[in-house]
Amino acid sequence: MRPARFTVVTAAAAVAALTAVTGCAEKSAGGAEGTVQVAASDSACGVSKTEFPAGKVTIEVDNKGSKVTEVYVLFPDDRIVAERENIGPGTKATITAEIKAGDYVVNCKPGMKGDGIRQKVKATGGASAKRSPELDAAVAEYRKYVLAQADESLPAVKTFTDAVRAGDVEAAKQAFAPSRRGWERTEPVAESFGDIDPKTDVREDGLEPGQNWTGWHRLEKALWADNKIGDEEKALASQLDTDIAEWHKRVGTAEITPTSMANGAKELLDEVARNKVTGEEDRYSHTDLADFKANVEGADKVYELLKPVAAKNDPQLGKTLDTQFAALDTLLDKHRADKNGYDFTSYDKVGDAERKELSDAVNALAEPLSKLAAAVAK
Amino acid sequence: MTDSESVTVEEHDGAREGATAPSRRAVLGWGGAGLALGAAAAGGAVAAFGGGSDVVPAASAGAAVPFHGEHQAGIASAVQDRLHFAAFDVKTKDREELIKLLKDWTEAARLMTAGHPVGEGGFGGLPEAPPDDTGEALGLKPSRLTLTIGFGPGLFAKDRFGLEDKRPEALVDLEQFPGDNLDPARSGGDLCVQACADDPQVAVHAIRQLARIGFGKTAVRWSQLGFGKTSSTTPDAQTPRNMMGFKDGTRNIAGTDRAALDEHVWAAASDGSAWMAGGSYLVARRIRMHIESWDRTSLQEQEDVFGRDKGEGAPVGKSKERDEPFLKAMKPEAHVRLAHPDSNNGARILRRGYSFTDGTDGLGRLDAGLFFLAYQRDVRKGFIPVQRNLSKNDALNEYIQHVGSAVFAVPPGVRDKDDWWGRTLFA
Repeated sequence: MRPARFTVVTAAAAVAALTAVTGCAEKSAGGAEGTVQVAASDSACGVSKTEFPAGKVTIEVDNKGSKVTEVYVLFPDDRIVAERENIGPGTKATITAEIKAGDYVVNCKPGMKGDGIRQKVKATGGASAKRSPELDAAVAEYRKYVLAQADESLPAVKTFTDAVRAGDVEAAKQAFAPSRRGWERTEPVAESFGDIDPKTDVREDGLEPGQNWTGWHRLEKALWADNKIGDEEKALASQLDTDIAEWHKRVGTAEITPTSMANGAKELLDEVARNKVTGEEDRYSHTDLADFKANVEGADKVYELLKPVAAKNDPQLGKTLDTQFAALDTLLDKHRADKNGYDFTSYDKVGDAERKELSDAVNALAEPLSKLAAAVAK
Repeated sequence: MTDSESVTVEEHDGAREGATAPSRRAVLGWGGAGLALGAAAAGGAVAAFGGGSDVVPAASAGAAVPFHGEHQAGIASAVQDRLHFAAFDVKTKDREELIKLLKDWTEAARLMTAGHPVGEGGFGGLPEAPPDDTGEALGLKPSRLTLTIGFGPGLFAKDRFGLEDKRPEALVDLEQFPGDNLDPARSGGDLCVQACADDPQVAVHAIRQLARIGFGKTAVRWSQLGFGKTSSTTPDAQTPRNMMGFKDGTRNIAGTDRAALDEHVWAAASDGSAWMAGGSYLVARRIRMHIESWDRTSLQEQEDVFGRDKGEGAPVGKSKERDEPFLKAMKPEAHVRLAHPDSNNGARILRRGYSFTDGTDGLGRLDAGLFFLAYQRDVRKGFIPVQRNLSKNDALNEYIQHVGSAVFAVPPGVRDKDDWWGRTLFA
């Protein structure tokens, strides 16, 4: 077994696992047995049957409500199997998907927001994978967190890019670090969309030959090193909006498992150790500690969600992680005046001895955190 | 030979008893009997000795040095070729957690010195978890690895671990000697571990595992690699040359000279700290050499500075390296003359230093020198009087600078599989 990583449902993966085809396809050859009617209204998400045979399934959605709706077929941990957005009032839509045996959720979202209305269904036949309800809940909760971070990032990024477009260097500098927070908290998930990170978060030395430098760090250099905003920077700001919107759109499809969550938390600490403690990440703005904090918050969220299972399997690990998360938080607090704010000391003002102290605390947390995946996989 | 071999086998079995994955031995194929056969095949003496002996002879490079004994290995033991030395700050404030760490370190050291990986090994465990052992020493021989622990003055500080009454008087803070230019980031430490082995990868692996086990409880403060031994505790061997091209420390205390060891190296209960009986005191100094200046110095001056000839290493006016030096024939500021016990009221130390090169210094100069390690029964009667003498007058001072410094109380040996590093201090 390979180490669990975040992956995205790509075309290649779909062939092996499932096929999600949205849009109006021809009527399913499987006939009525493989067809599920969904009566979507503003307050209900009725399904014509809660059990159907695994295989090619056709979902016929009828939006009887007054709001535009969307319908998802989800795994129990909320990963998307298939979806259809923008189903207008009084219209119908068909979703076809290859669905393996197991438990699923049909989720209608009238108005296309919020948690929506849920209906449990089951695809029968074949062997279905054994699942832990506790861990499914943890993954579902984490998925919610990741989505919320993406939601919050849209306006935060826009504040930043608006300032760039307005040519307001000072305002753009102020908005830079906050625009990165949601991304940094969930970086391993964000990076799992292999094509987005190189556009949004690449640093100059990470560019491949022929690659255009775009994203946050390109703008960071313009603001802090070059101290100017030109037409190119304004265009790059709009490009960043587009790329972040793409991330936001796709984030729900990230495959998340308990072990990938745990390893993601460890990767967040790797990020801190590699790029933040060294001051490489934000080398012009020196806002490394804000990213540092966000990385740790993201890891802490994972731990909080997995702790019930992990601490049961490995009580000593739970104690150690509680201690080391607290120690690192306390240490970071030394570098900000307001404990609830995100204004951290500029990293170029953090001396060698203090950096060593931060590095020691990161090692102290990252080492036990590397054992979290095993503790939830037991 | 036969006796030595059987002891080696026993030592290995003893070392394995606490291990959790016996299958690892089969996987690696050089534990236990396999090792003894390997040593016999190599035709060298085996570095194992009867229980209780504090003297370890020269050995074939691949063999294991017994971890258990009255004294820690790595002091009187035959000097290995390579060094990785690490000083740690203790981060935990919890005495029990520190004790647990020392026990975990002891267990890891017991395994590694016998040539085994730590914990459940380097592969084959849970795929979701990183392996316990980092793996770079898999398949390598024990390589006479010795791991020697020391306790720095900070460990005995007030309101820390309740050890303030246990600080030995002989563990003094070193004074600032004339010419010292000490970098705090390369000095001090609450704990140290000296890893010596004939294979550098084995030494580095050992420190790496201990650092990893220590994360959260300890943090590496500084570490130093040494690539070549500069001293010998085996009088029949040639004294190795230092980076200046000279044999230095020819009159080192021999690992076989029990009387000299008892008088100058091993602490006794009657010295004031009963817990240190069988232990020693270590002074570590990073001595940078101004290599390029030295290389431009005439042969005559080089020989005058040391008080030896460069080719044979014989003292001034003598023909052989080990001929008794006639100090008055040397210049008054000659290094050998000033360091000699006769110039220091008989003070003797056991030297176990290594040459180091940490690349270049950014100005194109070799960042090289001597990582000086000296063991003694009492720092006040060993290193300090000698260094006072040297720092004031030594002609060598023009070509060297002390840039790092640390002092440690090195506790007695781990007696058996139930014993652990520091038991006599914490018990």
